[in-house]
Parts: sequence; structure tokens; C-alpha cells
Amino acid sequence: MKPPETVGRSPGQLMWLRFRRDRTGIASAVVVIFFLLVAIFAPVISWLYGKDPYALYGQDTPGLLNDYGYPILPSGGISSDFWFGIEPGLGRDVFMQLVYGIRTSLLIAVIATVLTTAIGVVIGIVAGYAGGKTDYVIGRVVDTVLSFPSVLFIIAFMPVVENIFVSPEEETPVWLRAVTLVVMLTLFGWAGLARLLRGQVLSMREREFVEAARVTGASPARIVFKELLPNLWTPILIQASLLLPALVTSEAALSFLGVGMIEPIPDWGRMFRRGTEIYQNDITYLIFPGVALLVFVIAFNLLGDSVRDAFDPKLKR
Amino acid sequence: MLRFITRRTFGAVVTLVIIAAVTFFLFFAVPADPARLACGKVCPPELLEQARHNLGLDQPLFAQFVSWLSGIFVGRDYEGLGHCSAPCLGYSFVNKAPVLGTILDRLPLTISLTIGAAVIFFIFGVATGIIAALRQGKALDKIASVSSLIGASVQIYFVGTLALYFLVYQNHILRQPKYVPFTENPLSWAAGLLLPWIVLALIFTANYTRMTRSTMVEQLGEDYVRTARAKGMSARSVVMRFALRGTLTPIVTILGIDLGALIGGAIITETTFGLQGVGQLSIRAVTSSDLPMLMATVLVAAGAIVVFNIIVDIMYAFIDPRVRLS
Repeated sequence: MKPPETVGRSPGQLMWLRFRRDRTGIASAVVVIFFLLVAIFAPVISWLYGKDPYALYGQDTPGLLNDYGYPILPSGGISSDFWFGIEPGLGRDVFMQLVYGIRTSLLIAVIATVLTTAIGVVIGIVAGYAGGKTDYVIGRVVDTVLSFPSVLFIIAFMPVVENIFVSPEEETPVWLRAVTLVVMLTLFGWAGLARLLRGQVLSMREREFVEAARVTGASPARIVFKELLPNLWTPILIQASLLLPALVTSEAALSFLGVGMIEPIPDWGRMFRRGTEIYQNDITYLIFPGVALLVFVIAFNLLGDSVRDAFDPKLKR
Repeated sequence: MLRFITRRTFGAVVTLVIIAAVTFFLFFAVPADPARLACGKVCPPELLEQARHNLGLDQPLFAQFVSWLSGIFVGRDYEGLGHCSAPCLGYSFVNKAPVLGTILDRLPLTISLTIGAAVIFFIFGVATGIIAALRQGKALDKIASVSSLIGASVQIYFVGTLALYFLVYQNHILRQPKYVPFTENPLSWAAGLLLPWIVLALIFTANYTRMTRSTMVEQLGEDYVRTARAKGMSARSVVMRFALRGTLTPIVTILGIDLGALIGGAIITETTFGLQGVGQLSIRAVTSSDLPMLMATVLVAAGAIVVFNIIVDIMYAFIDPRVRLS
């Protein structure tokens, strides 16, 4: 009998093989993909469902909201017409708010994640590779950024930004708020990743393969991009996959505090804000975004863990 | 040890001054009119002029920062408003009083909220973690890892509000959160903050259980633990005197990070439970464009984070003597 043939496999293939066997990983990947699809096909869902997130159904159609603006039907006005109920006060459709809200959250979080990761990677590698004074200065900057009370600072800085770009008579444009949110989240997000990568680079810098490259006359750019970076993809990918849900919740928290996305753009955080204002009369309105965000974040965190396990099976959690 | 503490304290002061400077220049140096910000959107010209003068805006920017900074150490006089004595963090034109008094009024609440919760989840988490490690019971371990995942993913404004709804409004099991100073009545103090403490503990405990368990299991396999056992030391002493010491090092680091996050995120906790602490104060400062108050709250929050970092480092040095030497 011949021994089974050895097959050459790339690290990517190995990772995929290990990932496929991880049931939790697959399940959470399915949930994450479901959320992504909902975000992408929100207009299609809206067309099939026959409603949009902006129309004030409760105010336009009598018999949906009572005199105080709360849904007449029990459980937040859930019915065959309004699957998840009606928003108290304005009377918008909760299901559509949720579906379009994913778009807002994901768009802001994805852009901020990409920027944060890029900046964190560059600064972390520079600090670790350059060492000496550069490393010291970057280290102090990282310390300072990490000591900043970021939530408080973002809340405080929002009116300042608006004062610069918007004259007092105008409404704040939506794009400005979105850009400010992305910039702020990025500003406070990169430091952790930079510190982590600096440590990795520092331990790798003295390894033989880097030394060999240096001896053969490779330029610093070549060493960074061709020698170090390929070894750093795993921690970078893991960190990015954990960063995304963290940024989604940060954005929601800022909206909850009143400095997130502005009306009428649907946003989960603002649903929380409204939900906590009226929870004594209509708890249902709070439960839908609450459960949706919980499921989304859990799925993403589990996916991050599974990706880490697949890349590095020896690593203990 | 003393040198270690001094060095860390000096570094912390430098960090704080940098944070103060960054905050100051961002708020006061942007091309918008800070006096208008301080005065609010509808502002009569004579009030605007007064605000500009009171903020010292007729002076160069750097001089403004220096006088603000020196106010912290030697106090400061505000023309027509009165004296602001030694640790002067600024003068609130909205409250017509130095900001420090207002902050000191609110600080005990925020500290009680944070430290109280931290004590609960730290003790509870470490204790269950030790039990889990000694029993090596799979059930407790599974529960801990699932609940730490949920704890890390859940939002305080969601669980907190649900708890308020079901425990306070529907069933009257707990009281509406309310702050009573500890010195006034310790029992009412604890009763008033019980609900936020429980919610915070629900979110944080499981992570400590899981971390303690895994580190403890690792420590119990170490050579020095085996040696202690071999020379006939009782199991209890081995765990309490040796294994626990090694276990606490990483746990304390996480505690420091969590405490910083809790204080920085106190705004969210306080908003959720309707408590009037420093977090709420900062939100009100934003809505009323009370710049000096805002500066001071940013600084106090940053100060808390930095101070907790130092405390963690010092505890670290006590737990692990090797740290002191490096």
C-alpha cells in the first residue's frame, strides 16, 4: 500500500481548511454576511416590503398612533403591515429604520476601520523598525492618545467643528457629520493597534531573516514591505475584525449621546436614544435595535475569534 | 520603589499637560469665535464683548494657555467676577462660579458609581475564576466564556434601560437609581447605586472569571507551585500565597484599563440611569457651550485615566517585584 500523497498547501488554504471545520466560525460568518446583504439590498427590501424609512405612516394614517403619539396596537404597534411596529411620535416604520440603519452604521464603521488600520499599521511599523528617538516620540503620542477621554472629547468637539464649517443659521449637512464621526473615531482608534504592531516588529527586527535581508543590501522599504509586512498580516487582520464591531458600537454610543448621525438618516444609535426616552410607555421600540446590535456584535466578535484560531491554531485564547 | 513612583508620576503630569494643551488649543485656536461659543448661539453684542474680555481673548493664545495653566497652581483673578483660588480650573460663565466647586460636587457620584461596580466585579470575578480553576469544571468555564462574550458585546444603555424597565417600573424590585452621599447614610448610598452596580457587574464579571481561570490553571502547572506542594504546603496556602500572586498580575492590568474605560464612559452610564455625575455635567457643558467647564471635565476624566494607570503600575510592582527593577 502506498502512503497517502502529501499535498502542498499555501497558508491561505490551510487557514481556509481550518476555518471550514469551525462550526461557530461558519455560523457567525453566515450572520455577518446576512447583515452585509441586508445593508446592500436595503432598497430592494424596501421595495418588496412596500415602505420606506422616511414616510411618517403613523401621522399620515389615522388609527395607528393615539393622542400621545404611542402606537395603539400592543407591543409597539406590531401588525402584518408594520412587522416591527411603529416609531412613537413620528410614526415611521421600525423595520425599515433598522434595515437602513445597518447601512449607516456599517458605512461609517467600515471606513473608520480601514483608515484606523492603515494609520495604525504604518505608525506601528515605523516605531518598531526605526527605534530610538522616533520610537520614543511615537510611544509618548500613543500614551497620550490612549489617555484621552475619547467619548467626552468627541462630544465636546462636535459643536466646535460645526461652528467652523457651518454658519449658525444653517442646518448641519449630513456628510459633514459623517466625515467628522469617521475622523474622530479614527483619531482615537489607531493608537492601540500601533502599540501592538510596534511590539511585534520590535521582536521581529532582530530575527535572522530580517538580518539576512539587511546584509544582502535590501533597502528599508523592501525590508518593511517584503519581509516584515507579510508576517504581520495575521495580527492586522485579527485586530481589524475586532475593531469593526467596536467602532459600530462606538458610533451607536455617540448617537445615543446625541452627537451621532442626524435626522432623517436612519441610525441605530439614535433609535436607542429615542428608545430610552420613551421606554416606560413603549419598551418594544428599544428591544429591536438592542437585539439587532447585540446579535451583530456577538457574531462579529465570534468571527474575529474564529479567524484568529484559523490563522494560528497554537494560540491560546 | 519611590523612584519608580516618582518617575511614573512625572510622566503622568507631562501627559496631562499635553492633553490640556491639545484640548485648549483645539477649542480656543480654531478659526471660530470661542467667545461666541461660550456665549451661545443667540448672543447680544455687549455680552459677546464681555465674554471675549473675560476669556482673556484679547491676549495672545499662548499667554492665555499659560495663565490658565498657572491658575491651577496659584489661582487667578477674573475681572469683575471675583477670585478663583488655588487649583483654579477656570471660571464658568454659565454658572457664574469657578468650575472646580461644581466638579467636586459631582465627582463623588461618578467615583462611587465606578469604584463600587469595580469592587463588585473584581472580587466576584476573581473568586469564581479561582473556583473554576481548582475544580477545572467544564460547566462553569463554559458559562463564563459565553457570558463574557455577551458581556463584551452588550450595550449598557440597552441592558441598563431593560433593567430599569423590568426591575424598577414593572416590578418595583429595586429603587430608581439615586445618589445619596456615603457620609450621609451608607445604606441609602449603596441602595441608590445598586442597580447600576449590578448592571455594570453583569457586563464585566465574566471576563474576570475567564481570565482568572485561565491564568490560574497556567500558574498551577508552574514549577514553583509543584515545589511548594512537594515540600508539604497545604493546598490552600499554595493557591493563596503563590498561584494567586502570579495570577493577579495580568488581571490587575485589565482592571486598570476597565476602570479608565468606565470613567471615560461614565457619560453613558450616567445618562442611562439619569444620575447627575461628572459625565452629565460635561454633556450640559456642551449643550450650554460652557467652554471652561468642558475643559475641566476633559481634564478630570483624563486625570482619572492617568491616575488609574499609575495605581495599576504600582500594584503591579507590589505583586511582581521584578517590575521594580526594570
